[in-house]
Amino acid sequence: MKNVNIKISTKNLNLYYGTKQALMDITLDIPEKQVTAFIGPSGCGKSTFLRTLNRMNDLIDGVKIDGSVYIDDINIYDKNIDVVQLRKRIGMVFQKSNPFPKSIFDNVAYGPRVNGISERSKLEEIVVESLKRAAIWDEVKDRLKSSALGLSGGQQQRLCIARCLAVNPDIILMDEPASALDPISTSKIEELISELKDNYTIVIVTHNMQQAARVSDFTAFFYIGELIEFDKTKTIFTNPSNKKTEEYITGRFG
Amino acid sequence: MEKEKPNSENSVKYIIHKPLAYGKKLYIGEFLAEKFIKLVAFISIAAIFAIFYYVFQEATYAFKSPEKINEYVQKSHLNSNQNTSSDNLKQESYNSNSDNSTSPSTNQEDLKQESYSSNVDQNLKQESYSPTTTEGELKQDTYSSEKDVPKQIVETKNKSKLKKIETSVETPIENLTESDKQAISQRAQILKTSLEETLGEKPITFKEMFSPNDYIDNKPDYVWQPVGNTPKFSFIPLFYGALKVTMIGLVIAAPLAILAAIFTVSFAPKWLKEIIKPAIEILAGFPSVVLGFFCLMTLATVIQEVFHTTYRLNSFVGGIGMALAVIPIIYTVTEDALTAIPRFMSEASLALGASRWQTAWRVLLPSAAPGVFAALILGFGRAFGETMIALMATGNAALVSNNIFESVRTMAATIGAEMAEVEFRGVHYGVLFLIGAILFMVTFSLNALAEFYVRKKLMKRIQGL
Ligand SMILES: Nc1ncnc2c1ncn2[C@@H]1O[C@H](COP(=O)(O)OP(=O)(O)OP(=O)(O)O)[C@@H](O)[C@H]1O
Ligand SMILES: [Mg+2]
Repeated sequence: MKNVNIKISTKNLNLYYGTKQALMDITLDIPEKQVTAFIGPSGCGKSTFLRTLNRMNDLIDGVKIDGSVYIDDINIYDKNIDVVQLRKRIGMVFQKSNPFPKSIFDNVAYGPRVNGISERSKLEEIVVESLKRAAIWDEVKDRLKSSALGLSGGQQQRLCIARCLAVNPDIILMDEPASALDPISTSKIEELISELKDNYTIVIVTHNMQQAARVSDFTAFFYIGELIEFDKTKTIFTNPSNKKTEEYITGRFG
Repeated sequence: MEKEKPNSENSVKYIIHKPLAYGKKLYIGEFLAEKFIKLVAFISIAAIFAIFYYVFQEATYAFKSPEKINEYVQKSHLNSNQNTSSDNLKQESYNSNSDNSTSPSTNQEDLKQESYSSNVDQNLKQESYSPTTTEGELKQDTYSSEKDVPKQIVETKNKSKLKKIETSVETPIENLTESDKQAISQRAQILKTSLEETLGEKPITFKEMFSPNDYIDNKPDYVWQPVGNTPKFSFIPLFYGALKVTMIGLVIAAPLAILAAIFTVSFAPKWLKEIIKPAIEILAGFPSVVLGFFCLMTLATVIQEVFHTTYRLNSFVGGIGMALAVIPIIYTVTEDALTAIPRFMSEASLALGASRWQTAWRVLLPSAAPGVFAALILGFGRAFGETMIALMATGNAALVSNNIFESVRTMAATIGAEMAEVEFRGVHYGVLFLIGAILFMVTFSLNALAEFYVRKKLMKRIQGL
């Protein structure tokens, strides 16, 4: 891991849902402007871990977290951190596309608007730019005023990516962004990820080993709340040091 | 985990399917339950329609002169031994004649309906139960002893008798000249009108209800004065009063209830949510008479002291009372609508760096807007029809004024206040039922609007269809 800066760094992170521990002592450094994939069997805590990175778990009743998460060397679980400001810097794309029941334009403009931008020309600029970067502009440019709910699943997911790009985050967290999509939409999103990594630090959760191999630079393997192995994707897929990792990626369990 | 496995395998074995074959099995319990449910549903629906029908039926008495006047006019009329061309009277005379033809012992002057119907009944009973009946037709149709059936039979089956009756009826009328007939009906009309006026029982028309019926300083005025020599039934002050109190109530209740709902859904910690929600829902069951009493005794005094109002009881006090009654309704429905918005909506917003307030205001509330609208309509309906609070807290003076500190009289309160003093099936009685019918129609159409229009929209927004 030379020549790369560390963007996110967790130290001894434990998370409990009530009394049940979901993350165990996780220490991990996520490099800047790279794609990092989280893999692991269902229920191992990938989503939970991802959601600790923008403090979405705060919204769930009974969650207890100890340890620390540093983003740009600032502990985001510090008492003095403004969570709203934090989340503006970290975009999130959910497993199930979740556009607002508003027009396509208003969906993308939502983030800028809550950031206090109300000038129409500025908003338009941001919306067009974001839609273009999310590779959906050509499909929606004639129907910006129509409801986002009328788009197909794959288009909705790319719209959600555009919406998250519109707030100009440094980090994008993606939780199985292509799990509900057909191969064509999936490949579009994968292309998109490769393009975006020049400017953003991307963390992606995926169940698809090929996808992880294709799009990511680094891969972390989780197993029942523990981080088993973290390395360059190439290393993980060709020469894993842990037996569990090998078993998982070769499809022997999970 | 390992212990459960054999159990689950066993449980599958307990369900043994019979081989597939033709033939349906009748399950008595299920069959009866189904019939019972159908019956209950039918009864409840029938009851609703019966009430519906009854209210509208009784409301028609507002447009008719009361029975007693009609009766009196007829009697005084026929006592002079003359028939009239009035439809009503014709029928009466026809009936009395029909009595005569079948039972000659009946006095021709006897117009009492009771005696008429009982006579016919008796006649028919005799005919139907006597084994010597010769008419085959009659036999089939006379098994019923219901009162309605005999009339029909008299009309349709005893054709020969009917002809006799008709001829006997028409002769006296034919003997009269046209001018005689006119004079008679004119006299009857004059008698009727003068009776209506002296008794204060003049029927109303729709036009009268909605046009000015009094002049104060040469300015047209709408007056509700149901008792007196010349009763004045203008709906305007009552409708206006109901609307005014309802609007004041909603203006107070809606923001409070909606903000409270937003607070419980997106700001309150779980434990607080678990206290607030049931607490407000319990308030919905608060007897309105208690709220009214509170407004009457306590709130009215406070308001008067704060605002130095002329009248202790006024539409503002009533409006606050309405708000108290309506807040739980608006709150509950709004809260449900907000909770129904899927969790991922607010997560999407928060993940974009929106604050909780921005999320509630820009995502939750717009998404739940149809539900909120439905809540407001329900609240409106409740306040519009609310009787006890209006009766106790608004002052009940039927004024049309834009001052919120003047008394008003609402439609529902009018029914409540005047129901005890009306004469059965008089004009005033009909008018009160008419108010009821209008109230019903207003709330009904609002609810229908909420149901059909709003619900569809809400589903559309949530499911994105
Ligand atoms: N809100 C919650 N309350 C309680 N337990 C939870 C909650 N969310 C997740 N868990 C538990 O935490 C563990 C990790 O869940 P998580 O959703 O992070 O798994 P995951 O790796 O994302 O699985 P998948 O690949 O199926 O999405 C699971 O055992 C799950 O049951
Ligand atoms: Mg997950």
